[in-house]
Amino acid sequence: MVAPAETHAAYDSKIEGNIVFTKLDAAANWMRKNSLWPMPMGLACCAIEMMAAACSRYDLSRFGMEVMRFSPRQADVMIVAGTVTYKMALAVKRIWDQMPEPKWCIAMGACASSGGMYRSYAVLQGIDTLIPVDVYISGCPPRPEALLEGLMRLQKKIEGEHAIEDQKRTMITDMAG
Amino acid sequence: MNAAQMVNALKEKFGEAVLSTTEFRGEQTVHVSLASVKALLKYCRDELAFDYLVDLSTLDHMGEEPRFEVVYELYGYGHHAHLRVRSKIPDGEDAPSVCDIWAGANWHEREAWDMMGVKFSGHPDLRRILMWEGYPFFPLRKEFPLAGKPSDLPEVGFTKVAPMADGPFVTSAGAKDTVTREPRAKRTEDEK
Repeated sequence: MVAPAETHAAYDSKIEGNIVFTKLDAAANWMRKNSLWPMPMGLACCAIEMMAAACSRYDLSRFGMEVMRFSPRQADVMIVAGTVTYKMALAVKRIWDQMPEPKWCIAMGACASSGGMYRSYAVLQGIDTLIPVDVYISGCPPRPEALLEGLMRLQKKIEGEHAIEDQKRTMITDMAG
Repeated sequence: MNAAQMVNALKEKFGEAVLSTTEFRGEQTVHVSLASVKALLKYCRDELAFDYLVDLSTLDHMGEEPRFEVVYELYGYGHHAHLRVRSKIPDGEDAPSVCDIWAGANWHEREAWDMMGVKFSGHPDLRRILMWEGYPFFPLRKEFPLAGKPSDLPEVGFTKVAPMADGPFVTSAGAKDTVTREPRAKRTEDEK
């Protein structure tokens, strides 16, 4: 069996038995992307769509991200779903800070992405002014399909990460220097 | 007794304190001097059976004297009548708290204080309810800009000016693609 060019693993059951060859980065990414544990930061109507996405009709778990964790210490992707008021902003930041690395953030809907229709004294104009955002999902609110698409985009993004390679490169430069 | 008769009863009982009354499509409004508004409201609950304070709100008549006005919407579950009581607040004076008449007034008064900066004397716990303690402005006052003002209270909260660019939703008719034509905030160069 010849592995397709885009896969990161080569596996021949006849020759290698239980041995899989891969890159460490690819293996770590594969594991990370298929067990995203979201922290549902439900702040407004987007949260209703997020709940719908997690329920049986749309079923996030088909793609391996159904384990909604209400403790930031157990989560690795924060879904900011809804309007972030200035009063809530620092709480969102604090929860984000409590999440262990590696962590990702999804700005779900117009409000979380840019303040949406709330051009006002009370609303933070986009959560990206406070925490780094990986995926923006448009919509007001986005349908569950859009959230699924956003999460799958995030999976694609995670697939392309090369944390260990970078670490190795830094180590080599440090040793040379 | 219907609402119109109750207004007459109030006029008889309070005389001069009832400054004027208005009727609009069956809605009865009583304008009362601030000094006697509390006694009048207590009378409304005890004698006229208005057992429910539907809402308490405040108005900002900027440029007029007195500037602020407090509005009470009353309702009676027994007789199903509505009554609106309005009272202007002269400069430097506080409105009386009606928490001891209707306990539900507590949060309404806190909101009025938070948003309009009208103080209620005798309120058991007059703190801000929507914005945080230490926020320096009263956002529903007329001179406060819609986009907000910058403020910063370390560890508690901060606000910035929202990008308005001639209004929250600006359409660009005749632009070449739908993304540009779409109504959205158009940020100017220095806002970016």
